[in-house]
Amino acid sequence: MKQTRTIEIVTGAFIILGIFSLYIIATSATNIGSYGDNKGYTVTASFNNIGGLKPRAAVTMAGVSIGRVTAINLDPKSFTAVVSMQIDGRYNDVPDDSTASILTAGLLGEQYIGIDAGGSSTSLKDGAKIQYTQDSLVLEKLIQQFFSKATAPGGK
Amino acid sequence: MNFLREPYYIILGFMEMLGAAGLFLLRLLRYTPHALRRPSLIFQQVFTIGAMSLVLIMVSGLFVGMVLGLQGFNTLNKFASTAALGTLVALSLLRELGPVITALLYAGRAGTALTSEIGLMRATEQLAGMEMMAVDPVRRIVVPRFLAGVISMPLLVGIFNAVGMLGGYLVGVKLMHVDQGSFWSQIHTHVDLYEDFRSGVIKSFVFGIAATLIAVFEGYYAQPTAEGVSRATTRTVVNSAVAVLALDYLLTAFMF
Repeated sequence: MKQTRTIEIVTGAFIILGIFSLYIIATSATNIGSYGDNKGYTVTASFNNIGGLKPRAAVTMAGVSIGRVTAINLDPKSFTAVVSMQIDGRYNDVPDDSTASILTAGLLGEQYIGIDAGGSSTSLKDGAKIQYTQDSLVLEKLIQQFFSKATAPGGK
Repeated sequence: MNFLREPYYIILGFMEMLGAAGLFLLRLLRYTPHALRRPSLIFQQVFTIGAMSLVLIMVSGLFVGMVLGLQGFNTLNKFASTAALGTLVALSLLRELGPVITALLYAGRAGTALTSEIGLMRATEQLAGMEMMAVDPVRRIVVPRFLAGVISMPLLVGIFNAVGMLGGYLVGVKLMHVDQGSFWSQIHTHVDLYEDFRSGVIKSFVFGIAATLIAVFEGYYAQPTAEGVSRATTRTVVNSAVAVLALDYLLTAFMF
């Protein structure tokens, strides 16, 4: 009888340990926080070029993460990229003349959206569109511009 | 035409084995509701299969994580991006190494034990004795072991991953002085709950089913001699390893 009790205790400990480690990994070693509450509002913004922006990229304001990119679609008429982003309900006071720009973390890091606050007194509502946007910097285009300026006649 | 005959029989034999194992799996699944009504049988097997493999899994996980930390650090150091070490360790463990290495160790530690136990029961006519007493040996012996294996495998993978990450952390942060904050924050941003964690758990379930099925199948259909049991045990390890690696490729291709 004593032996079966030991077996049961060890088995229970094993199961608890296994579930516990799965839980620990899921909560502290993944991006589970970004899946949290889905309360918030969605705004869109059009860009001519989104570079390497991907769904689930961060939306930041002054460096603070305030939301996530939920979808990226191509507008079939104007051929611009329409980026939908969900912004945390806590930040419901973003001025509606703010600028959304695509930025890069570090030189080769991931791309994310940075929002610079405007001066309007009305704030962005659910489903609103951010008017002012700034495209991502594409390194090749930048280099091309640099060289065409350097070699152009009359350039410096 | 003789040179064609050999491959022909090899392919035929392979088909036969695959079909027999598939039918055996169906039979196990049919008896699963019966077995669930006697959970004590299953948990006794969870002890022999899972809890007894714990030390092996933890020690191996620790060393795999430490090696990942060391190798990753050396390579990333060349590109001055050692901050990504945490992501490297976590993603390699969650997506690939955790499920695969655990499944291989499991086949060697628990799979062989299952095969030789059931094979020996067959050889000493214990299974025939049960049938004489109108007890279905598949229901009484095989199904609880199969279910215990399927339960144990994801738990073992979880423990392996957790200990492996700890190993990577120890080497990376404590030994190589990678910044602790960037180690964890990189993991938080780059390891996706669904894409990476969930697919690793799915993999571990599939490997658990495959490795345990092969073990009980080989044991149940072992030739009832000493040599037959020994051959069945060997086949368990070989077939499990090949099945796990092949399934790993298929699952990776489907899920990522």
